[in-house]
Amino acid sequence: MTTIKIKALTKQVKFALIGVALLCASVSEAKEWTAVTIATEAAYPPWNMTLPGGTIGGFEPELMADLCARMKLKCTLQAQDWDGMIPSLQAGKFDLIMDAIVITPEREKVIAFSRPYAATQGVLAASDPELIARAGVAGEVVKLTGDAALDKPYIDQMRTLLKGKTIGISSGTAYTQFVETNFKDIASIREYKKSDEHVLDLQAGRIDFSFDDVTFFSSVLDMPENKSVSMVGSKIGGPIWGPGEALGFRQDTPELKAKFDEALSAALADGTVKRLTEKWFKADITP
Amino acid sequence: MIDFAFLLDTLLKLLSALPTTLTLFFSSLSLGLLLSFAIVGMRVSRCPLLSYPARCYIMIFRGTPLIIQMYLIYYGLGQFPVVRDSFAWVVLRSPYGCAVVSLALCTAGYTAEIIRGGLLSIPYGQIEAGQAIGMSRLALLRRIIAPVTLRQVLPAYSTEAILMLKATALASLITVWDVTGIAQQIIQRTYRTMEVFACAAFIYLVLNYIIVRAMRWLEHRLTPHLRERPVHTPTKAKLDAGSNPKSLRSSL
Repeated sequence: MTTIKIKALTKQVKFALIGVALLCASVSEAKEWTAVTIATEAAYPPWNMTLPGGTIGGFEPELMADLCARMKLKCTLQAQDWDGMIPSLQAGKFDLIMDAIVITPEREKVIAFSRPYAATQGVLAASDPELIARAGVAGEVVKLTGDAALDKPYIDQMRTLLKGKTIGISSGTAYTQFVETNFKDIASIREYKKSDEHVLDLQAGRIDFSFDDVTFFSSVLDMPENKSVSMVGSKIGGPIWGPGEALGFRQDTPELKAKFDEALSAALADGTVKRLTEKWFKADITP
Repeated sequence: MIDFAFLLDTLLKLLSALPTTLTLFFSSLSLGLLLSFAIVGMRVSRCPLLSYPARCYIMIFRGTPLIIQMYLIYYGLGQFPVVRDSFAWVVLRSPYGCAVVSLALCTAGYTAEIIRGGLLSIPYGQIEAGQAIGMSRLALLRRIIAPVTLRQVLPAYSTEAILMLKATALASLITVWDVTGIAQQIIQRTYRTMEVFACAAFIYLVLNYIIVRAMRWLEHRLTPHLRERPVHTPTKAKLDAGSNPKSLRSSL
């Protein structure tokens, strides 16, 4: 409700500003963007990460550099914890957010999304050899529709595996919701601020499984200190995760969203996005 | 426009986490207090073998941020297989156990210094007086040192208790669902920062008000000698009338 009110208010303010501009006998157009600030977590490899020198690198910063060059925009990346990213966007601390944000209906109520630039899969990981053996090392992809009745056979299979176990997830993601709706009654769920924290606890044996993105696990499980952890069960893809990962904007900046949509379409069409996903994820994960 | 239905719903959800916050607070405060007795005992000892480890402990736990201590205990210790195989893992395995341990260790350092301050403020004459009438060391502790220290320590300790209650909010960072943790969970789902944090702040404010009142009551009970003596009404009337104390004494 508040958002609607605020929106209405900003509209009034806009009209007032336009009025003032007309009085000054100059035609005011929508804001001409020359520089934007983009927030990213810088802690979700290989999407975005802080490099040893302190700069932010990864798939998304490279994609963003390409998009900004197309639009001739001056782009500044800013690191910001995921938790608090959407409220800060709304408070105007930055102009858009890029952090492997999956489009969900709840999020669409509060922010605007660009067209998706990637679509990924979620998967379970475990560290205990016995559990890995029981679940089987992750291989094939299962497509879930998001329709409870259609997905039931596979969800039931997961439920027998997870019964009485502790599952770790990152807080506030599309996977959080999936794990909570399907397994809350049979397993205990622990939410972490950052994805690498549940990997640490997986190794420490505090949790039995963790659920996160395939791309995230593939990148961190390569590291020698994580050699005991592996992805188990099937990789879960399909419409259950929605259209995919996209840029997030405030709802009052449609002209900025349109600009980025256009640049993204061009980057998707000429194969730039495909090339970058293959570079960072060793797979084509374009939507 | 204030959305009262949402505020009420949020408040109820946050209150469901109140037991976690309160048990976290009471268990770490009482464990920390017990530990601080041992530390202050060592600290005031004349033997350097006892005094220096205590100084070191206080230095470390007062000199580093609590959040780093908590991370070191939770994520740091869990890395070592030796710790994972030891009996301590029963406690350290659970986020709640780690939170209580780190909060208690930290508050013990501060409380030890608060108690030491109280001990130092005992007028030496009172101890000498006790010794002069032949009190044993235990009697001296029970009759003079402990009561005087307790009175001196209470105001500073009530501040420490308030700080501790607020420090329990850090437990949400190691996946303990206390009031702050639930608040952040609600924000993740609704993206309404202001209202949710305001509700959480209100809960902490009420809790701290209760702590302040309880400590003040205790202080009042323990310091009858500092209270104003009840004055007889006729005397008061005369005082108000401006009569000087000399004539007052003669009239009594």
